[in-house]
Amino acid sequence: MDFNDTPEEAEYRARARDWLQKNVPKSPPHDTETPTGMAAAKAWQRKKAEAGYAAITWPSEWGGGGGAPWQAVIFGEEEAAFETPGNPFVIGLGMCVPTVMTAGNDVDKTRFVRPAVLGEEIWCQLFSEPGGGSDVAAARTRAVRDGDDWVINGQKVWTSGAHYSDFGLLLVRTDPDAPKHKGLTMFWLDMKSPGIDIRPIHQMSGASNFNEVYFNDVRVKDSQRVGALNDGWRVSLVTLMNERLAVGGLGGPSWRAIMRLAQDVATLAGPAAKDAGLREKIADWYVQAEGLKYTRYRTQTALSRGQTPGPESSIGKVVSASLMQDMANTALELEDQFGIISDPKDAPMAGVFQSALLSAPGMRIAGGTDEIMRNIIAERVLGLPQDVRLDKDVPFKDVPTGR
Amino acid sequence: MDFDFSDDQKFLKTEARKFLDARSPTSVARGVLDDPERSYDADLWKAIAAQGWLGTTIPEEYGGLGLGGVELCAIAEELGRALAPVPFSSTVYFVVEALLVAGSNEQKQRWLPKIAVGQTIGCFASSERPGPLSESQVTARVDGGRVSGAKAPVTDGDIADLAVVLAREAGQISLFLVELGGEGVRRETLQTLDPTRGVARLVFDGAPAERLGGAGEGLALAQAVLDRAAILLAFEQVGGSDRALEMARDYALQRFAFGRPIGSYQAIKHKLADIYIKNELARSNAYYGAWALASGAAELPLAAAAARVSATEAFWFAAKESLQTHGGMGYTWDVDCHLFYRRAQQLGLMAGGAKAWKERLVSQLERRNVA
Repeated sequence: MDFNDTPEEAEYRARARDWLQKNVPKSPPHDTETPTGMAAAKAWQRKKAEAGYAAITWPSEWGGGGGAPWQAVIFGEEEAAFETPGNPFVIGLGMCVPTVMTAGNDVDKTRFVRPAVLGEEIWCQLFSEPGGGSDVAAARTRAVRDGDDWVINGQKVWTSGAHYSDFGLLLVRTDPDAPKHKGLTMFWLDMKSPGIDIRPIHQMSGASNFNEVYFNDVRVKDSQRVGALNDGWRVSLVTLMNERLAVGGLGGPSWRAIMRLAQDVATLAGPAAKDAGLREKIADWYVQAEGLKYTRYRTQTALSRGQTPGPESSIGKVVSASLMQDMANTALELEDQFGIISDPKDAPMAGVFQSALLSAPGMRIAGGTDEIMRNIIAERVLGLPQDVRLDKDVPFKDVPTGR
Repeated sequence: MDFDFSDDQKFLKTEARKFLDARSPTSVARGVLDDPERSYDADLWKAIAAQGWLGTTIPEEYGGLGLGGVELCAIAEELGRALAPVPFSSTVYFVVEALLVAGSNEQKQRWLPKIAVGQTIGCFASSERPGPLSESQVTARVDGGRVSGAKAPVTDGDIADLAVVLAREAGQISLFLVELGGEGVRRETLQTLDPTRGVARLVFDGAPAERLGGAGEGLALAQAVLDRAAILLAFEQVGGSDRALEMARDYALQRFAFGRPIGSYQAIKHKLADIYIKNELARSNAYYGAWALASGAAELPLAAAAARVSATEAFWFAAKESLQTHGGMGYTWDVDCHLFYRRAQQLGLMAGGAKAWKERLVSQLERRNVA
């Protein structure tokens, strides 16, 4: 049990920190929805790639850093201490491109991996549909063969960054007569292809990070297939596995912030900081947040030792999203009527808790709902049986649908 | 970063599990539960002493193994998992730690070698009435080297040879060592929630008492001992939580209702996933405690409170929901669920309850001025 770096880790950390100090741009724009923000993000990604700090664990012939997982963890910790440009590359480098690397052919790998690492090309993931959120394999978007082409019709939803992406990884139904998991195929496609219509989704937080993507007779070549025909479900599992690793900490206010708030407000019984009920809650939040931090250290230790991290890494999102929601609600209660105000100019602590309250529901849903995450823990960690599935062995076209 | 047991520590832990699987199946705890005359298993105690575990953190010069706190944590986790009905926590987490923290060389020389071989059982006598330990709790008095007053509940007080007692002398609160086999000591065995562990009221009437540590340092030393014990107990609690989860998982796989295993229903799956989540958080907080314990870090009081709160919550949740998963069978005497349900409360209260530890946690945060 030791939090200290090994000499090798300490040396890597010192070099990374030194490099970051010299190279992180001063007060960079964060918002990748603006042209300057996107340009800054791309420039920063290229700089990291050229120094071996982008895709650290990937082979250097693909543009990666050729390093070990523990190096990626240390660099991530060091980079987090700096104010860096936005990162629109997470979905491409965290999910889509690893899928191409695992299931794609050599031509595609040669074409796509390096430009993605260099930040030249951005990817989005086109899996979820209006009729299947948690049930990804229920995708109904159809691809019909036409000579050397496939013609695609249907709709995807919750597609982060579709509007600024160059390429997409697309899961479609190629055989509706086969059972649900056996009639899917994966393709890559150019997001500028004719027939693609991208419409932003206005989130309850006010932001628009996601899109609906409509396909009207969009043509892709059979050579754009990623993996075998009707093997798309297996291919998608590679992506989804990477998704859970890519979803990291949630940010947002911590128990420290609510302790600061408690110093500034009072309850009817006296200063909030001395309120026994609040103090108990703070202790509960502290052990959850610190427990997650030390759980990450355990994961990092496994990586440092060259081992595969244990299943404990699966608990992060399900704990932190509800923690954030619960803490935000309590903070608003402390603020009392002022809790209503979300304008950073007028709300206590620049509205950080109001902002957390509005983003927390998304955190509990994105990347696997709380309920799906509990299913995953129950099935993959504890070895409990899958739910009864009424749709598993019948042709997909005969599966009942609701609305 | 090396935030896990080392290979040597894992080996020790595996060997401890093998030993306890063979020597302390739950039938051993049940033997104590079903026999009103016994409050621990003497054969298991001797066997544990023969393993050298009692002297894990006792320096070699006092007859121990001279290992670190992390090794003791590894053993504690296995003892908790096995529900071992022995006075290990009182003797080792409390009395050995008290002697190491506050004892003079002469006191260590006198007691530690006997504890290391299992000849002396210890107990920690602080509480006098309902509510958390505080200055006003302490009314036992020492006058002319003799202690008078009553302490309850004292875990393992019915079988212990040596007690560490919190008492007042000339207006100051200090710790004292009291030999329980001598004059002026009366013990009343108390009926408790967890009869697999012995608990007594110790009534002192002029029993010889020797000060342990500085005069007037009693509360601070008691807290230092409680901090260390809290971390070790957290590992026992994590061990118990894991076992309770495994029992629930195994039962959910074999028990069928409405034509399928109950473990295929989300009501059960999500319940067990929640147990797993709490257990892993508790384990991670306990690891941080182990690091603080072994390194003597300044964060020890905060780490102890976090480990204590997290593990107490996890074991209680695992024990009650494991029992619930077992349905009506879980409520019977013959199924082991109630042993864990009882032990969760015993461990969760014997070093002070979670409510008081939460307050201590937040006041530590304030003291460290982290906000």
